[in-house]
Amino acid sequence: MRNKKTMLSPKIVKNAVKESFMKLDPRLMIRNPIMFVVEIGFLITLLLIFMPDAFGGGVSRGFNVTVSLILLVTVLFANFAEALAEGRGKAQADSLKKTKKEIMANKLVGQQVKQVPSTELRKGDLVIVSQGEMIPGDGEVVEGLASVDESAITGESAPVIKEAGGDFSSVTGGTKVISDQIKVKISSDPGESFLDRMISLVEGAKRQKTPNEIALNTVLISLTLIFLIVVVTLPFFGNYLDIRIEVPVLIALLVCLIPTTIGGLLSAIGIAGMDRVTQFNVLAMSGKAVEAAGDINTIILDKTGTITFGNRMASEFVPVGGAGLADVSAWAAISSVKDDTPEGRSVLELMRKQGLSYDAALADGGEFIEFKAETRMSGIDLRDGRKVRKGAVDAVKKWVIAQGGEIPADLDPGSDAIATAGGTPLAVAVDHRVFGLIYLKDTVKPGMRERFEQMREMGIKTIMCTGDNPLTAATIAREAGVDDYIAESKPEDKIAVIRKEQAEGKLVAMTGDGTNDAPALAQADVGIAMNSGTVAAKEAANMVDLDSDPSKIIEVVSIGKQLLMTRGALTTFSIANDVAKYFAIIPAMFMLAIPEMGVLNVMRLGSPDSAIISALIFNAIIIPLLIPLAMKGIAYKPMSSSKLLARNLFIYGVGGVIAPFAGIKIIDLFVHLWI
Amino acid sequence: MTIYSWVAILVTLGLAVLIAKPAGLYLAKAFDYEKNGLDRWFGPVERVIFHASGIRQGNQTWKMYALSAVLSNLAMMLIVYLIFRLQGFLPLNPSGVSNMEPTLAFNTVVAFMTNTDLQHYSGESGLSYFSQMIGIVFMMFTSTATGVAAAMAFIRGLAGKPIGNFFVDLVRAITRVLLPMSFVSALIFAALGVPQTLASSAIAHTLQGTEQQIARGPIASFLSIKQFGNNGGGFVGVNSAHPFENPGGFSNMLQILLMMLIGTSLPFAYGKMVGNAKQGRVLFVSMLMMFIVMLGVLLSAESAGNPAFHALGIGHDQVSMEGKEVRFGMAQSALFATVTTATETGAVNTMHDTLTPIGGMVPLANMMLNTVFGGAGVGIMNVLMYAMIAVFLSGLMVGRTPEFLGKKLEGKEMKLIAVNLLVTPFLILAPTALALLAYPDTISNPGFHGLTQAIYEFTSSANNNGSGFEGLGDNTPFWNIATGVVMFLGRYFSIVVLLAVAGSLAAKKPVPVTSGTFRTDTALFGGVFLIIVILVGALTYFPAIVLGPVAEHLTLRP
Repeated sequence: MRNKKTMLSPKIVKNAVKESFMKLDPRLMIRNPIMFVVEIGFLITLLLIFMPDAFGGGVSRGFNVTVSLILLVTVLFANFAEALAEGRGKAQADSLKKTKKEIMANKLVGQQVKQVPSTELRKGDLVIVSQGEMIPGDGEVVEGLASVDESAITGESAPVIKEAGGDFSSVTGGTKVISDQIKVKISSDPGESFLDRMISLVEGAKRQKTPNEIALNTVLISLTLIFLIVVVTLPFFGNYLDIRIEVPVLIALLVCLIPTTIGGLLSAIGIAGMDRVTQFNVLAMSGKAVEAAGDINTIILDKTGTITFGNRMASEFVPVGGAGLADVSAWAAISSVKDDTPEGRSVLELMRKQGLSYDAALADGGEFIEFKAETRMSGIDLRDGRKVRKGAVDAVKKWVIAQGGEIPADLDPGSDAIATAGGTPLAVAVDHRVFGLIYLKDTVKPGMRERFEQMREMGIKTIMCTGDNPLTAATIAREAGVDDYIAESKPEDKIAVIRKEQAEGKLVAMTGDGTNDAPALAQADVGIAMNSGTVAAKEAANMVDLDSDPSKIIEVVSIGKQLLMTRGALTTFSIANDVAKYFAIIPAMFMLAIPEMGVLNVMRLGSPDSAIISALIFNAIIIPLLIPLAMKGIAYKPMSSSKLLARNLFIYGVGGVIAPFAGIKIIDLFVHLWI
Repeated sequence: MTIYSWVAILVTLGLAVLIAKPAGLYLAKAFDYEKNGLDRWFGPVERVIFHASGIRQGNQTWKMYALSAVLSNLAMMLIVYLIFRLQGFLPLNPSGVSNMEPTLAFNTVVAFMTNTDLQHYSGESGLSYFSQMIGIVFMMFTSTATGVAAAMAFIRGLAGKPIGNFFVDLVRAITRVLLPMSFVSALIFAALGVPQTLASSAIAHTLQGTEQQIARGPIASFLSIKQFGNNGGGFVGVNSAHPFENPGGFSNMLQILLMMLIGTSLPFAYGKMVGNAKQGRVLFVSMLMMFIVMLGVLLSAESAGNPAFHALGIGHDQVSMEGKEVRFGMAQSALFATVTTATETGAVNTMHDTLTPIGGMVPLANMMLNTVFGGAGVGIMNVLMYAMIAVFLSGLMVGRTPEFLGKKLEGKEMKLIAVNLLVTPFLILAPTALALLAYPDTISNPGFHGLTQAIYEFTSSANNNGSGFEGLGDNTPFWNIATGVVMFLGRYFSIVVLLAVAGSLAAKKPVPVTSGTFRTDTALFGGVFLIIVILVGALTYFPAIVLGPVAEHLTLRP
């Protein structure tokens, strides 16, 4: 999926051109009532070419042919926009389908292995997948451990480890085992797998109009009907004044007035919005979810991995009980020489950074004591019999007291100070003496503060969830700039917070990966599961992040907003265009009968026919000109809603009034050369 | 224009703006179902009414509310229809007026029940005192009360409160608002010289020895509710241009103030009821701005005078006084014409037909927009509908599902609003086309002016205004039935649909306001609101306006 960022290949364009003609079928057209009206207009003018007197005619055949052609092109442009957006989705689907070739599975029947095609696998079946084989379907590892190449789905080439039990047990059909062997319990029936859903989603086959799209469509149809009434009654007005208004002219007026620009681009905007999310390697289960993302009021984020790096890094040595900095750092280092945990490595790293030294030879031949949940300490037993330990302060204290040692008076204040500052204190002791503390700090990822700042401007509240104690949580929250935090949180707390926010009418988004996150993911309005997470989490969520990057939720919100804004901006533009079109067509309609109407011809267009044709041409070519904007979405920078509105209103509203005046005038300069 | 004219306009508008807010707060209190100080004054009377009529005061659903409004209005129409048809046999008919013709009676009944007051009859010869007092005045009270009640229910729905009870609101509108104000202003009108008598027409012997009948009657009481309720139907045919129905400068000013009172105060009542006073003020200021522009156009068009007269060498330095009363002058006539169409009242003190083409366009445009204050109750409903459209578009432009007063505007609401938006242009343009095609002989002017006459008549009908571009031969079965149907649909369709919107919004869970919420109580929103109103109005009626007033103006040769 990574490489799909190239927007258009010649093949997609070629297919889109073909599709634009296929979509002329009235049965398909009627799904877009606005463009359907244009098509009917085209058919009427087409009829008039061959039967000029059908409505008591009076316009030249040349004019009729021109209007008819422009109308056809207008419809084709709109179809092209939609086909192009769909085409890009299809291209993605095709590459996914390649992954979905028939795989032979080693199904376990009783104790025997039987070769069956993957399409015959049902939920609950057990299969064995060995090195070099494709995993035949979505499922859960129930036995074994293997490294799996998931690049077909995620685009990430580094293999991931999958093992039975825990949060890394889910595997996806179509991915490849590159080492070892696993036993997988299939979790989906054929046609319902993750890959199947993904294909149908990007193909747009299951695309349903979102609530907001429906609401906007209703307004656009209402506007279309209003203009239909205006245009249909106009010849009666003219008739009373003895002014004859020709049918092609009326159709031209109608087509110019109805919101064809947005009508032609509306579905392309929707498809492209979904597509942008997909390109971002996030898989949205529905367009509704993307739209809802734009509306989010509250985001619940896990601290570890999302806001902070999650590894606690040693950032300072604090001597206690009269010990010197050199002592505490040296003993901390010696206890960590053989320690491969990130904490251990960070101690040595800190030594190097601070230019401190220790006698590494002292640790030679010592026996490394691993960290255990019961002891909550690790360390080394030296050859000379001394025991060096580092670990949780209370654990170390107990250990020292047990050996008859004394606890320095400044140990507790020191460790409290570290905890208050958001850090984790580790005590360092040798036998019965405590030398000092290691200040472990959870580091906030760079740029997070700015992001939360942006979210606040967007009106989104951020809540951080962490298992840390309230003091630590408060410090990290302050450092990262989140609005609120829940300390010592349990999975149920997340649901409680989501429910509480929702009860206030807020829309809540959250990310999660573990099975215990699943209920919260389901409860949230937008739940993003990590692809590395469990099947349960993925099923409960309405988006899956293939890169498993929890902070991406912020971009998803932006894409959701961008989607709505693109719709709003192009609607405003489309309606604002009507002002200029009126000033082009109305004087042209009546100038012959009422020469004084020339005053309204503010653009000084060459001739009545030229004015009408120019307006129609502008109306048609604006659609392909705006396709890139519809596909990319309008520029969005987080800022307050008033500023945003003022800005978009200026660009698309005021711009929408002015642009066609200029555009029609320029087109008229050329058109007038012929008529 | 003289200094006097400017001062008169400024004082009148200044007073109107000054009383709008306190009046709005009073309205909000009068319709507040929580116990408040007003209950002490009006409670006893209302309790008697509720008890006698068997009204249960519980809250209704929006459907029940709408049904109650429409059915009770229909019942009232039926009663008054019978009165008109039988007035020749009924008492209080000293001038011996005969029974009303069926289509005219239908038209008149619908006209008054819908608060439109289109008059295809002439009051002094078409209606008995009984019909005027029991029929017309009765409906003037109840139609205004219906409009105000609907608005209150609508606003309650937006505020997320229960919709209320139609009958309670109807009674309260009359007891707490309409009756007290009408009573006081009727006394003032009488003091200013407006007749209030049950005696038959006076007979005067002229110097030439002929006999002249001078129509009179219980005009003062009629006049007060006619203006205060945005009804507009005159006791006499020429309405407030008649010296008995508008004797002079003070009565003219009082009438203008009465017309504006409900329309200008409702935005403030709205702000109070939804708990966002600033938003009410934004809407008020937006409407006031439209009003001032409209008045300015009308004043400048009339000040410029008629180029055709100028060409004849007469009145070079004169404003256009054609069809205006000398005792009011151009400025007070223009102000009255702007107010009566902005507030959808429809009373006239000058003949709109004889305004200059661009001058005549202003009353027409006021009615087409129907958002420059608008009629009693229904005006604010229409304004809020446009506000919702503005919110919808702005919401999209800031990337949020649009919300208004903390309620999300979704497919269902937009569908209702979209249909409502569609109905008014249809009710105006389609019958106009039919009239031009099938009944051109009933239109007294050829060409552009004739076109304007026809459009004006249906615009006035569809928007509950009731003023006319006189000159139209409108007392024919076609015009009676066509405008009757348009008035009926223009009124009740929109009330029912907008109540449905309110019902739907009231049932929604409110969305909390965050800094990302698009605020609807800022000048920026006022601007968006104005753009939407003007754009939708201009785009819909541009061809009609161009072929009517604009073409007439352009072809007006000196």
